Amino acid sequence: MKKNWYDYLWIVSLTYLILGFFNILFAWLGLLCFFIPLLISIIKGNKGYCNRYCGRGQLFGLLGGRFGLSRKKDIPHWMKSKWFRYGFLIFFFIMFFQMLWNTYFVFAGADNLKQTVTLLWTFKLPWNWAYHGTFFHPGVAQFAFGFYSVMMTSTVLGFFTMVLFKPRSWCVYCPMGTMTQLICKVRNRKE
Amino acid sequence: MDKTKRKKRKAFVEQDMCVSCGSCVKVCPLGAIQIVKGIMAQVDMNKCVGCGKCAKECPASIISIEEVEEEYNEKKLV
Ligand code: SF4
Ligand code: SF4
Ligand code: SF4
Repeated sequence: MKKNWYDYLWIVSLTYLILGFFNILFAWLGLLCFFIPLLISIIKGNKGYCNRYCGRGQLFGLLGGRFGLSRKKDIPHWMKSKWFRYGFLIFFFIMFFQMLWNTYFVFAGADNLKQTVTLLWTFKLPWNWAYHGTFFHPGVAQFAFGFYSVMMTSTVLGFFTMVLFKPRSWCVYCPMGTMTQLICKVRNRKE
Repeated sequence: MDKTKRKKRKAFVEQDMCVSCGSCVKVCPLGAIQIVKGIMAQVDMNKCVGCGKCAKECPASIISIEEVEEEYNEKKLV
């Protein structure tokens, strides 16, 4: 099959994760993975992001496929149920807003910058090596730490389910995937 | 032999459970699967040869390869 330029976007996803080890402020770039899929689904009413451009899906597909890191077993039924998918979407967003709330406190000067990356919403890893100060407000860095935590958490979860089940198992419960599908459903029903 | 009774293998998607990730589209060698309106995958019965690549790849494991009679196929497409 012919490869297109967008079949290599997994390199971008990988680079993003690596850059976060050197300078946490790069985490801001991750906002693209939030806004591009949303805009495509809202404006064009399709899942072009998932279907073509998402580097994360490609990365899991590659690691689990060509690199053989996946058992390639069926995902348990409950994980593909609507309850779980929408439930996880809601949970993910609650945690996301909590992160924004913490960032707000730092912006407001009510809290100090915490140079940690929180994995799976629980484990706080010291990450001070990737912080070299900022020209901006410490809140800018706090958001970067928070956002990178979100990206790392989803990568870790996706990696586990990749190993246990099919390579792209993350796509079954990926909040961005679920949300863009929901937007497409609502949008295309109206037409 | 009656031609219309010949058995063929085709892919069937449990569309209600589809997460429209497009993993199946990427692996189909014949371009026989499409994502319709970002909601679910749809197989083009005329193109599908039932190779099963999509079924293997689908992270939700909702594609099955079933034997169908050609006649039934044609009816379904009308
Ligand atoms: S479901 Fe998530 S990880 Fe999978 S392709 Fe879509 S955005 Fe990427
Ligand atoms: S069975 Fe093979 S030809 Fe048919 S849709 Fe799946 S990948 Fe394509
Ligand atoms: S791989 Fe499975 S879940 Fe994903 S779009 Fe195809 S049929 Fe739907």
